[in-house]
Amino acid sequence: MINAKIFATVGAQMGFDRMIRAVDAWASENPHIQVFAQIGNGEYEPTAMEWTRLLEPPEFRARVESASAIVGHAGMGTIITALQHAKPVLIMPRRGDLQETRNDHQIATAERFGVKAGVSVAMDEHRLPEALDSILKRDAPDRLSNEASAELIDTVRRFIRDGESPAGPSHDVVPAKD
Amino acid sequence: MTTQTPDNRGRLPKVLAIASGGGHWVQLLRVAPAFEGCDLCFVTVRAAYKSDIPRGRFRTIVDATRWNKFKLAWMALQILWILIRERPAVIVSTGAAPGYFAFRLGKFLGARTLWIDSIANAEVLSMTGQIIAPYADLRLTQWEHLASPEGPLYGGSVV
Repeated sequence: MINAKIFATVGAQMGFDRMIRAVDAWASENPHIQVFAQIGNGEYEPTAMEWTRLLEPPEFRARVESASAIVGHAGMGTIITALQHAKPVLIMPRRGDLQETRNDHQIATAERFGVKAGVSVAMDEHRLPEALDSILKRDAPDRLSNEASAELIDTVRRFIRDGESPAGPSHDVVPAKD
Repeated sequence: MTTQTPDNRGRLPKVLAIASGGGHWVQLLRVAPAFEGCDLCFVTVRAAYKSDIPRGRFRTIVDATRWNKFKLAWMALQILWILIRERPAVIVSTGAAPGYFAFRLGKFLGARTLWIDSIANAEVLSMTGQIIAPYADLRLTQWEHLASPEGPLYGGSVV
């Protein structure tokens, strides 16, 4: 792909060396593709790609906007931001047992969001290179709106106005069955 | 006491929307259309996020995780100060530590509180989402399978 650009991000807080190492190794084998990474406070410093520790929001948005695809940790900020800019996003979950985050919630996120249009998953660093190869061949997903579902907006609005809960009698939103 | 629901002149309650950074903040912004017509103040942990908000006042607090007790105490004091200045009738949070302190202190000051647990917690409610229960007037999960009649309830999601 000519002029393909990849933006790698591990979020704004903890580093994620396992992912950044794998992306850096892939970048060194694909020198024709421009890769830029936000690495947080990770220890590993990339050698085959440009990187920074933390971008301010306007620059972060600009990096997302100019990328052909995003690769990131399985954080909701990364996933939602990519989809709001209609960019294919490849996510790799942090693992709780490696102290990459406090528990395995990102694995659940990867499993649940991996099925959505525009989102692909590499469960670990060994599967990342192949997933990176294929993400550049993907079509861009539809742009995600900037708003929550109409249902959630309505739920929040009702609570603010009337102190109502979704289970209230004037509502057809019900708690899920077991 | 603060005004809780639309007053006799039809004004909407004053809202304080608070979240930590990253995904919590991104999710709070997606709920912002629900605050339309309300006097509004956003509170978060990075000054640069000011460029994200559609309208309303914007205040920042220190960023802290549960591992840094000193910073957490400082965050709680900053939030107390903001609550005294703002006196919101309703507090809405998508997590995590800032929402916890805002709810505990805000309940004391008479505010109503709405917790929206992060959509990142698909298998079990977040730790903060669990311990906030006594201080949340309404607690929402974004996953139907995590909802129960005792709460959290399901009422839609940010995506």
